[in-house]
Amino acid sequence: MLGIYDNEMKLEFVSKSSNEAFARISVAAFASQLDPSIDELADIKTAVSEAVTNCIIHGYENTIGIVKVECKLKSNWIEIQVSDNGKGIEDIELAKRPLYTTKANLERSGMGFTIMESFMDELKIESIPNMGTKVTMKKYITPLDDKNNENMSIANQSKQKEGI
Amino acid sequence: MECIYVPQDKLLTIKIAEEIDENVVKKLRRKIDNEITRFMPRKVIFDFSNVSFMDSAGIGMLLGRYKVIRMLGGNLELCHVNKQIEKIFEISGILKIIPLIKDNEIYEYGGKNVGNI
Repeated sequence: MLGIYDNEMKLEFVSKSSNEAFARISVAAFASQLDPSIDELADIKTAVSEAVTNCIIHGYENTIGIVKVECKLKSNWIEIQVSDNGKGIEDIELAKRPLYTTKANLERSGMGFTIMESFMDELKIESIPNMGTKVTMKKYITPLDDKNNENMSIANQSKQKEGI
Repeated sequence: MECIYVPQDKLLTIKIAEEIDENVVKKLRRKIDNEITRFMPRKVIFDFSNVSFMDSAGIGMLLGRYKVIRMLGGNLELCHVNKQIEKIFEISGILKIIPLIKDNEIYEYGGKNVGNI
């Protein structure tokens, strides 16, 4: 399994919505090896939550199935793959459209893919009807050195403003 | 979750204290609708000070509550939303119909706690 990546992990759990918190917290804990900022970590948690929710309520439609989450780390990015063997998506472009939902009666907002797209740097959706769906997301993490430099420059700017 | 009611203003503040996702939303929906039908408030404020996480399930839940509250002749507002959650609100465009207010301390002093749900 190990090879071109710095680290990898795989989770499998039953498609119960009570596992959503488990999934996003586990991925966040794994991603913290890259020293992400609080905002970056919150983006990852939100995107994972959306992807896992999709597997549970759309892929398996609240029946019992297995949701898989695989993460790969490499120096400054994390790739997260969330997949199910559920009913699949007929029209991916339509599913990605903001506010489009097949479950409006369940008060779904139709924002899942839009949120994944805007919170992560890359998003790829593969699906075969009646076979399953695989969502692959990638996020680049600003290296700690750059973050420190950013903080330094902000500190310097405020010092200059105060005339120190 | 704490509910604060100001009878003279018919104002109900609900302090949500959960991470809002699909799992939690089912239970929140029922609890909040109970309180709304109990008080029939003119205005409802959802206080997000104790909400550390929310995903799109929260948007669906808020829109649903908005419809219920409007149907009963009330208004819905949100306050004390953290930066991450505000980002989700902005992407979804929900703030155009459910406004985010700066502060509701004034109501907290005027109202009394009517129960933890």
